[in-house]
Amino acid sequence: MRVKFRVNGDPVAVDIEPRLHLADCLREVLHLTGTKKGCNRGECGTCTIHLDGRRVNGCLVLAITADGKKIETIEGLANGDQLHPMQMAFIDHDAFQCGYCTPGQIMSAVACVAEGHTGSNAEIREWMSGNICRCSAYPQIVAAVNAVAKRNA
Amino acid sequence: MKNFSYARPTSIHQTIELAATSDAMILAGGTELLNWTRIGIVEPSKLVDITRVAGLEGIEQLPNGMVRIGALTKLNDVALHPLIRKSYPVLSTSILKAASAQIRNLATIGGNPLQRVRCPYFRADEPTPCNKRIPRSGCAALHGLNEKHAIFGWTEDCVAVQPSDPAAALTALDAVLVTQSKQGERRIPATTFHTLPSEDPTAHSVLQHGELISSIELGEAVPKSAYLKIRERESYEYATVSAAVALEMDGPVIRRARIALGSVAMRPWRLVETERRLAGLHSDSPEIISAVKAGFADARPLLMNRYKIRLAQNTTVRAIEMAVQA
Amino acid sequence: MNRELDNAIARFDGPAKVSGKSMYAGDQFQPSQLYAAFVTSHIPCGRVETISSASASAKPGVVRVLTAADMPRVHPALQQVSVPPLASRFVPMQENEIMHEGQPIAIVLAETLEAAEEAAKLVQVRYSRSAFSVADTSPPAAVMPEKGNYSKAGPLAFAKGDTGAAYAAAAIQSTATYTQPSRHANPMEPSAILAFWNADKLTVYDSVQHLPAVQNALAAVFGLPSTNVRVVSPHTGGGFGAKAFIWSHEILACIAARVVQRPVKLVLNRQNMYSIVGPQPQLTQQVSLGASAEGRLQSLEHKVSNVTGQTDDYVEFATASSRAFYACDNIKVSQQVRRGNMVLPTFMRSPWDGSGSWGLGAAMDELARALKIDPLDLRLKNYAEVEPESGKTWSSKKLREAYSLGAERFGWRTRPEGGTRDGHWRIGCGMADCSQGQARFHSTARVRLRADGTAQIESSFCDIGTGPATIFPQIAAEVLGLPPQRVKALAGDTNLPYSGPTYGSGTTISTGAAVQLAAKRIREQLARLAAWPSADIELRDGRVFLGKESRSIEKLLKDAGLAEIASDGSFDLPNGAPVDMGSPQYPARSFGAIFVEVGVDDELGLLRLRRATGVYSAGKIINARTARSQMIGGIIWGWGMAAMEGSSFEPTLGRWYSKDLAGVPLPVNADIPPEIDVAFVDEFDSNAGPIGAKGIGELGATGVAAAVANAVFDAIGLRVRDLPITPSKLLGA
Repeated sequence: MRVKFRVNGDPVAVDIEPRLHLADCLREVLHLTGTKKGCNRGECGTCTIHLDGRRVNGCLVLAITADGKKIETIEGLANGDQLHPMQMAFIDHDAFQCGYCTPGQIMSAVACVAEGHTGSNAEIREWMSGNICRCSAYPQIVAAVNAVAKRNA
Repeated sequence: MKNFSYARPTSIHQTIELAATSDAMILAGGTELLNWTRIGIVEPSKLVDITRVAGLEGIEQLPNGMVRIGALTKLNDVALHPLIRKSYPVLSTSILKAASAQIRNLATIGGNPLQRVRCPYFRADEPTPCNKRIPRSGCAALHGLNEKHAIFGWTEDCVAVQPSDPAAALTALDAVLVTQSKQGERRIPATTFHTLPSEDPTAHSVLQHGELISSIELGEAVPKSAYLKIRERESYEYATVSAAVALEMDGPVIRRARIALGSVAMRPWRLVETERRLAGLHSDSPEIISAVKAGFADARPLLMNRYKIRLAQNTTVRAIEMAVQA
Repeated sequence: MNRELDNAIARFDGPAKVSGKSMYAGDQFQPSQLYAAFVTSHIPCGRVETISSASASAKPGVVRVLTAADMPRVHPALQQVSVPPLASRFVPMQENEIMHEGQPIAIVLAETLEAAEEAAKLVQVRYSRSAFSVADTSPPAAVMPEKGNYSKAGPLAFAKGDTGAAYAAAAIQSTATYTQPSRHANPMEPSAILAFWNADKLTVYDSVQHLPAVQNALAAVFGLPSTNVRVVSPHTGGGFGAKAFIWSHEILACIAARVVQRPVKLVLNRQNMYSIVGPQPQLTQQVSLGASAEGRLQSLEHKVSNVTGQTDDYVEFATASSRAFYACDNIKVSQQVRRGNMVLPTFMRSPWDGSGSWGLGAAMDELARALKIDPLDLRLKNYAEVEPESGKTWSSKKLREAYSLGAERFGWRTRPEGGTRDGHWRIGCGMADCSQGQARFHSTARVRLRADGTAQIESSFCDIGTGPATIFPQIAAEVLGLPPQRVKALAGDTNLPYSGPTYGSGTTISTGAAVQLAAKRIREQLARLAAWPSADIELRDGRVFLGKESRSIEKLLKDAGLAEIASDGSFDLPNGAPVDMGSPQYPARSFGAIFVEVGVDDELGLLRLRRATGVYSAGKIINARTARSQMIGGIIWGWGMAAMEGSSFEPTLGRWYSKDLAGVPLPVNADIPPEIDVAFVDEFDSNAGPIGAKGIGELGATGVAAAVANAVFDAIGLRVRDLPITPSKLLGA
């Protein structure tokens, strides 16, 4: 089936099977491997991307259902060489170690701030709990999100 | 997963036509369906994507004071809607305690009650005795590892629980699920939407094949309501037990209580006897505890889950406290 | 130059990781690659009688379904590869026998991942079942040394003095059994490998913790020299031990690639991660402590048994803690195994002391209660100035300072009374010892200094998140007088000089020493170029100084007609050993103490962390920022062990009960309060290694479970001896 969507602003048209999910479509078909896969069941949040401006698990979206929609991935966050404030905050606050969950954490974090779910430490922790980090950089992640939220405020 | 064909209707009528064929399944948020196909729980030949069907999304207050929630409304949108937060906090909280922010941006209020049991025997990739996977194959959980399984309404054919948090709230609110099918419209009370194993151990709900949930209707506002979810970790996990409490009060006195427990049975479990005894009690009354315990007269533990009875009682008492203070 | 505050520079691999540019094995592509999916055994023990792949092969995109009949024999050279680092002597798909559920029995190769995944479910297998053993309930048995070298990492039995008599005579006696379930590491990146051949040269992108070991083992599989195999692994998405050794999927993927003559990309799914790589084993510890009325330990007995598979005896040396933690004249320990049909257990953060510090840490708390002595004071009374097992002096140990600083920062002496209420929460505080034996590995590195004043480190170490890409440049930069930002580390490739593994918390101490030595040799070369005595020069800001005179590195090299100078360095262990636990003279360990405050809602069975303080004696801290993150990660790992994690083995079906991330809870962000306080005592351990550092990657994960269980007792007077501490246990059965 032919499906068309925008990925990080660029129009994309692919011929795919209905069963192909968005995370695999991005990674294996479009070779955008910035989005990682942790569990293929929506149980870890590693594959978090933005679909029409909302954060979702890429592995829970069939790519064909994204027809006509806007997809944003970690590859589209920076402005050329200029890192997004959330990316810089993650570096400043040492909010990652192995880096595997990091693209998903950052996409989730950007959305969390945009949603306004950053009013307190407890709120940030709750609204970022859909991204599991086994290196367990949680306090640093929260510090990064908080820093960006405060800057934006 | 197995391949399937894909259809994207734009109307309810189209949807019903397409979904009526025996091997078709309806796709909304997909947060459960995709995993069922991965595990092999279902193997549809056709998916009918209803996410572009008009008129199924949104929350409106009806003239008679009731509220209608379109089935395709995303969970986060339901939970964060000012009307739901203010008038039905038990529903708002139950949703916000469910899954994760990302999943709640995809999952719909109509799809959520259709989620299936979390029993690891049901969810196994390997063949396992499970009447819901293979009718008449038995129930591995009955004498197996059943620490998280049912304390009410189970039979030897199935001891699993319905894990949906919103379903518990909807049950406490006596919500109605409105459906459409070739046979017309049906109005199904949330309280009997899920199927007990004594009715049919192979089924999850009374929804028929080809039947589409179009909206959920809520009755009068219940601002004094609360949802309490107990789990090992603080978020992104299914409940061990949960309690949805909706109170109508005259000052400090409980006029009417509706209580639905989640994750204790194949459907959210209304504590009918407790509700009866709570009516007329002062919110400080020491008799609340015995009223709660009375609702557990027919609780039956399995080998590994006796603690769930006490846990569910305590959760109920605490949730009543929370609802009183809401 | 590298004072504590100055050294806390941001990670150099940061920009790549936050941009999604860091490449993990599953991100790699090769032209004409095939995607692989395993068919795995549904039964725990028996044989594959027939495999029918007709319907699987008929699916579009499916290229081949390999069964045991299609797989060439592994070369006899593999027998010479030790177990470990080969995870198990058993290689699946050579014969038809099944040793555990989830064992690979066929491989589907397809043009797309979806086709491979679907076809794997269509392969029809007929089994003949044999009776299987459940390791959890098997009787403890003596370890068989011929079943792998895991048993040789420590003494299976050790005795000092006469514990029987001492215990009997002790004024206070405390005996209990502590248990913990099997736990899977579940790194966020599932194990993955992309294998491709060019004639008889094999290249793999692999998710690993020690590249040269993989290179060596894979070469042996095919009877090839190691130089025929190249392992490339710029980043590993978390290891935690699950990727330390060479597992069957790596071997099978390489064989498959050779059979079909196309690159094979195999990414384990999360279900595979339960049965194809091993967990930390279920472990039972009997701890008996006898003490004088004043609290001096008279007798310490520690009896451990852990589950293992049928193929090899994996031994989890929890008794390492009893041989190391406390001064006691009478110590007796023993290790046994319980065999069953399960995937072979393996190292997991932290092996040995992670488990030992649980049983011992809880036992000491019970003893303190019986003695009516503060748990911290009990530790101080039994402080081990020398290694209890050998009587040797530690390479370094500043645990008293750590106790003191930790107690002060936590407010241990002024802590709230156990059971104090905060709404529905009852508060409890607990503490325990943290300690990890220090592994040291032979390692090498090359350093190149270029005329433009930049430098490059080359070594085959890999990055699992511990920060080597930053720390090693810091070490080299300090010697070379350069800003760390001008030093780059090239790693993750067996074409680079040999590095020891990234496990055992030994990378910094080992490869760091090699880097430092190479940098020092560069320094000497610069001295020679300047014709100045190397003892008197200083390197600073890209220049060589002798007193007030200086020459730029750029000019020195240019004048000599050199574009760069390079030097090799190595960290060599006594007797050419590949690994040891400190020099023969100075046993090496890291130490520390963890203090936690928990809240227990005993009506709802809820256990939540309120705050934690960990203070550590871990030698020189190269980078305070990354070290802090490492300790926090370890503490949270320990919280998971204490409060929620466990992989249950289903005894009737003979397999893991849940094989996903929904049925096995790992800590999430909301579980962790911001109040996690970490500090290090100022220390330079020159006996453990030249750079003065000790390992920290696993240290933080030790002691936490005991501290939490002790805090729960403090809160509600309930002693839980079986992890994890879940609602069912808090409510009482």
